[in-house]
Amino acid sequence: MPEPLLEVKDLTVSFPNASGDVRAVRGVDYSVAEGEFLGIVGESGSGKSVSSLAVMGLLPSSARITGDITFRGQSLLGMGDKQLSRLRGREMAMIFQDPLSALTPVYTVGQQIEEALTLHNRGISGDLAHKRAVELLKIVGIPAAERRVKAFPHEFSGGMRQRAMIAIAMANDPSLIIADEPTTALDVTIQAQILEVLQKAKEVTGASVVLITHDLGVVAGNVDRVAVMYAGKLVETGPVDEIFSAPRMPYTMGLLRSVPNMLTAGSSRLVPLEGRPPNLAKLPQGCPFAARCPAAQDRCREAEPELLVTDGTGRQVACHRADEIAAGTLRAVDIFPRPPFHEREVLEDRVTEPVVSAKGLVKHFPLYKGAVFRRAVGTVKAVDGVDFEVLPGQTLGLVGESGSGKSTTSLELMELTAPQAGSLHVAGHDVSKLSKADRLAMRKDVQIVFQDPMAAVDPRLPVGDIVAEPLTVHKVPRAERQRKVAEMLELVGLDPEMADRYPHEFSGGQRQRIGIARALITEPKVLVLDEPVSALDVSVQAGVVNLLEDLRDKLGLSYLFVAHDLAIVREIADTIAVMYLGRIVEYGPVAEVYASPRHPYTRALMSAVPVPDPEVERTRRRIILAGDQPSPAEDIAGCNFASRCPLISLLPEGKQQRCRGEDPVPVLHGGSRVACHHVDSISRLDTVDAASQSSVTSA
Amino acid sequence: MSMTPTPPTDQAVDLPTDLEPTASLAEEAGVGAGSAAQKAYRPVSRGRLVWRRLRRKPNFWIGAVILALIILFALFGDLLNIYELGEQDPYSFNAKPSGQHFFGTDAIGVDLYASMTEALRKSLLIGFLAAPLATVLAAFIGSLAGYLGGFVETATNWVINLLLVLPVFYVLMIISPLLSSMSWVILVVAIGLFGWMIMAQIVKNQTKSLKEREYVKAARYMGVGTLTILRRHIIPNVASLLIIDATLGVASAILAETSLSYFGLGIQAPDVSLGTLLQDGTSAAVSRPWLFLIPAGFLVTLLTAVALIGDGLRDAIDPTSEVNRA
Repeated sequence: MPEPLLEVKDLTVSFPNASGDVRAVRGVDYSVAEGEFLGIVGESGSGKSVSSLAVMGLLPSSARITGDITFRGQSLLGMGDKQLSRLRGREMAMIFQDPLSALTPVYTVGQQIEEALTLHNRGISGDLAHKRAVELLKIVGIPAAERRVKAFPHEFSGGMRQRAMIAIAMANDPSLIIADEPTTALDVTIQAQILEVLQKAKEVTGASVVLITHDLGVVAGNVDRVAVMYAGKLVETGPVDEIFSAPRMPYTMGLLRSVPNMLTAGSSRLVPLEGRPPNLAKLPQGCPFAARCPAAQDRCREAEPELLVTDGTGRQVACHRADEIAAGTLRAVDIFPRPPFHEREVLEDRVTEPVVSAKGLVKHFPLYKGAVFRRAVGTVKAVDGVDFEVLPGQTLGLVGESGSGKSTTSLELMELTAPQAGSLHVAGHDVSKLSKADRLAMRKDVQIVFQDPMAAVDPRLPVGDIVAEPLTVHKVPRAERQRKVAEMLELVGLDPEMADRYPHEFSGGQRQRIGIARALITEPKVLVLDEPVSALDVSVQAGVVNLLEDLRDKLGLSYLFVAHDLAIVREIADTIAVMYLGRIVEYGPVAEVYASPRHPYTRALMSAVPVPDPEVERTRRRIILAGDQPSPAEDIAGCNFASRCPLISLLPEGKQQRCRGEDPVPVLHGGSRVACHHVDSISRLDTVDAASQSSVTSA
Repeated sequence: MSMTPTPPTDQAVDLPTDLEPTASLAEEAGVGAGSAAQKAYRPVSRGRLVWRRLRRKPNFWIGAVILALIILFALFGDLLNIYELGEQDPYSFNAKPSGQHFFGTDAIGVDLYASMTEALRKSLLIGFLAAPLATVLAAFIGSLAGYLGGFVETATNWVINLLLVLPVFYVLMIISPLLSSMSWVILVVAIGLFGWMIMAQIVKNQTKSLKEREYVKAARYMGVGTLTILRRHIIPNVASLLIIDATLGVASAILAETSLSYFGLGIQAPDVSLGTLLQDGTSAAVSRPWLFLIPAGFLVTLLTAVALIGDGLRDAIDPTSEVNRA
């Protein structure tokens, strides 16, 4: 076996703290071979980022590090910062999660790439460095690289900044690239672009890549080998196919079963992985996962299992019961049984009045310029004529990239005032004709759950007061409020005794439940869910989604579910509306839209969502959209989507003209409304070779 | 002369961060994991929670005890004394502190102990009335302007800027005939009216960012009224700021009164305050140090006590500030 490029041996990292040392990494061993693509997966707080920062020597000085890290046989831990700096950037490069703070705002992107070049190669001339910078930007697929090289980071979109980061990382042909959550802050279509660029960077430089992520889907499609981290330790490593097809550690199983899969969602329920990772300052005795593990035995609570090689394929598992699992006597379906799937009563035979109905809803924001004499210089068309209906007891999923206007649409509904144009009916009433008192009464029927569980509840109020707040508006007496609060907390799976605690004592998932309890306390008819699970860890997501489904079916609620995660929407929604630049481009029943998306944007969006199954990922055809969403302030003649449409280049010239000159109106095709001139030609996207669609080559 | 010191900006509204719940906090809230199981559901009001936390702060107790002693001294200290306020002892001019004159006497034989109790009463009253008045004005005007925005905000900005550019001292000099003809109450109002502007600006800006928080939006979508939102969500979230302001405000109100009295614009001749005493003692600081050191010592102790109380209150009202600093 050749010597590995990077070898980490018994690495521990702890941060001294008044209430006990936080042991972020507790004895991690792994190695990366030349040219290997390793994925490190774990929930937030599992120590995955800390362990890679230790490799780069970028941990704060307060961190205590023991163990050994060798890179090409050289020990990194003994090196001073100066020696390490010589390696960093030239031999090892890092790509960070937040591309905005990783680039210096006062230098141009080109200068920053050139800096990386000249720093490690003093001999290189300025001219040559500049040429190389342009070349690198071209490789990572930045259009008009000659011009863009002179741009400042704020002139780049998030995806372009991340490309620039990759260009910097590639600059000196490193032999190791560490990418720490490189796509977490990005939209799914941009994520697909970036992952492709990362693969390309790997091919061009021949480097090994360590990809750190919480997203199992991202891992499935890209890496060769997976290492799963939990509470500062590796709990399972092995080739990607085997980990996904036959996980041997219950944590891996639970994680895999809790991830919504876009291809199978909707037909079965998600499996929640209860509990949360242990506090790293006060680890319990035994296996750190024991408290959340349904298969835990007494020995699991007594001694922590070692990471042991189980068979010849190089798989390592840290579990006392790994043998039973490998032998097939302890199966994942038994450890994490799927909750029973409830057949839902769908009120289709009865004629039902929609609870919410919007027609031609518009929300434009004027753009002002000038400090003294403010004048309107344009309009941001956040929502630009949107029709939708929410039926009683059903869920409408509103999906789209950030900036598509989906949140604005949902907030327009919450305002309960006359829209700028179009009409909005809630529970049969035209909201523009409501009196002040009627509107206040109607607020009972329409409630909202926000995205960020940290910001959605007032940190200065005890939970009981937070949940009771909507009732104070409607003058409910105190005793009645307390009774309802206890009832609601019970309903969302929280202990009513927690009512006098403050929000910061709760985890993210629990806080989201508090938000749901607050929304439900007035017994609303419609619940607007604005990205309710996107800020949560995967294992927690499943529990909240299941809760929402149960509540809907038990209480007969209707949901307007705003999300960017197509897998979750398929799981929970009955109808889906795909938004792009303030318009709904496709609207129809979930089953139909997912089975045969008719709008090229829907197709691209769906193909960009990674599926947590390596086999499927390898065979899937991916449509990668070029560039970014145009600004909603732009005036676009013709179709909004024409600038990024993958279909348009496959059409004959005459048909292309129509897209550029004529704005498509939504037309009924089958069961769904599609805003595209060329629905009949959509199948052309299937026959074309996926590679030719790549933004990298087309740029 | 600005009477409201600018609080350090990093104190401004401790933003909630994702904190692991610590055992001590759970325990502090009175629902430790063990006891919670047996206890019946009994909500604890916010006021009681704050008091429970406050109770555990040694700093708060030190401050509170000192302040209580000073107040007791101001109210009942003269019971121990045989001299009346302003009474002269013709046999002891410039006497050092002794059993006869606890705090000594000045050049014309006036007993300092008697003056001291009266001066403390007046200064405490002025400080504790003027500072909260300024803070309440700042909280109300600032949060309303920040929350409503638009014309209300613009108009508030005009008023604030106008008051800030007015030379406060000059204005007080002009209206000083009015001040001296009326009681000291008008002085309290004057100090309060000229002390709220900077704090109001800070509260206004904080409110503008708090307004965008999801829980404020949620409250708005529930139909909660503007004043209730301000009272329930905005003001408590700037409370730590307001408490610091009110505390430091007591100090600066007393100092403001001192300077005004020095120029004869504040407390008038027969009346005494800590300010007039200090002023009288300044010239004697070297030759007869007790005349200066005793009032100065009282002033410093008083201000320290108030600051300690403010500190403890902030920790108790804002449950995250304590954890943040740990």
